[in-house]
Amino acid sequence: MINPAKRRSVLGWLAAALSALLLAGVMPATADDEHGAHSGHKLIAKGDKCVRDEDYMRRNHMKILMHQRDETMRKGIRGSQDSLKNCIECHVNPKTNSVASSKEDFCMGCHSYAAVKLDCFECHSSKPKAPAVGMNPIVTPEQKSEGNDKQSSLSGKMRWQMQAKQASLNMGEGVK
Amino acid sequence: MSNDVDNSRRKFIAAGVAGTAGLVLAPGVTLLDMANARPAGEAASSTKRWGMLIDSTKCATGCNDCVTACGKENGVASTGHPETDPQWIRKIELKEVKSGKSHSLPMMCQHCAEPPCVDVCPTGASFKRADGIVLVDRHICIGCRYCMMACPYKARSFVHEEHDDQNPDVPRGKGCVESCTLCVHRVDKDMEPACVEACSAGNHGAMLFGDLNDANSEISKRIATYATTQVRADLALNTGVRYQGI
Repeated sequence: MINPAKRRSVLGWLAAALSALLLAGVMPATADDEHGAHSGHKLIAKGDKCVRDEDYMRRNHMKILMHQRDETMRKGIRGSQDSLKNCIECHVNPKTNSVASSKEDFCMGCHSYAAVKLDCFECHSSKPKAPAVGMNPIVTPEQKSEGNDKQSSLSGKMRWQMQAKQASLNMGEGVK
Repeated sequence: MSNDVDNSRRKFIAAGVAGTAGLVLAPGVTLLDMANARPAGEAASSTKRWGMLIDSTKCATGCNDCVTACGKENGVASTGHPETDPQWIRKIELKEVKSGKSHSLPMMCQHCAEPPCVDVCPTGASFKRADGIVLVDRHICIGCRYCMMACPYKARSFVHEEHDDQNPDVPRGKGCVESCTLCVHRVDKDMEPACVEACSAGNHGAMLFGDLNDANSEISKRIATYATTQVRADLALNTGVRYQGI
């Protein structure tokens, strides 16, 4: 007969081993999920959230863009939140003022990782209409009114960095 | 108690005055015209047919304002190869040999109601929008250039060189055919094409843009009053761009 204390410790070890095994199985998913969508990329965005759920966007942004492209080109329906122009306005990298000029930029970050060629920007401009440098999209008018003007651009930059960091942390938690 | 009633009445009147002030921007300029703008999210409709009337008697030889404005608006700039540079609008000079009388006029896509470029396009890239604007869908264009051969007005160009300085509103790139879009991105925002705006800004007044389907529009009234010409009217393409004085 095994005494209860010993039994408890054996069970504890078993549980620990099981959870370690499970963790090992889950860990690679932080880089790629089951559909192969790359989720470790740092988000560059000005608002709180995207036009759809992030996971949905990772897999279906091309379908949304394709649908909107025909609506705009053929029927002249403009100003939709699903337009490529709207994507660029939010996701532009303030450093390069582009979404596709380097691997640090929003579109190229994933597309170069996934080795999927991106044709959009052979015709479309990868820059927003108003340059991101002069008008930091993260700094909203309310934020600008806080504190004095000299510090507002610096605080805006820091806020952007913090938000990007927070977004990448949130993504990591979401996958786990 | 009577004070409360008075206050609410004053607030009501103040709100009414503010509401009316919003409609009148300046004497004679109101926001009422905005009612004609197509709301965002609504498709272009065949109730409108966009057209242009060009008065060649007011179009000066040597004036290039419309061409410059078009290039600036649409990002069509010289690549250093004039033989193959895309051309959305060009100035041409007509001269009657016998009398020596000459005319100057801009020539571009005539936005035909029966466009030959659309007839010949093998992929469906060349198309006419519901409101009469003839466009190239570059997503589908394979660059075969049949439309360039079919067009009687030499209105279309092939893009031979790569571009990376596009206007975000006007995507364009190597390998596709393109032509005047009547500044469709501006028309959708209830603005005039860039060439017409530049012509008015220069006080030339040779170009008029409007809805050919609306009998009360300035362009329809002028077409109903004066003799206007469609270039190559013998082809019966029913062009959206009309000329006066040629």
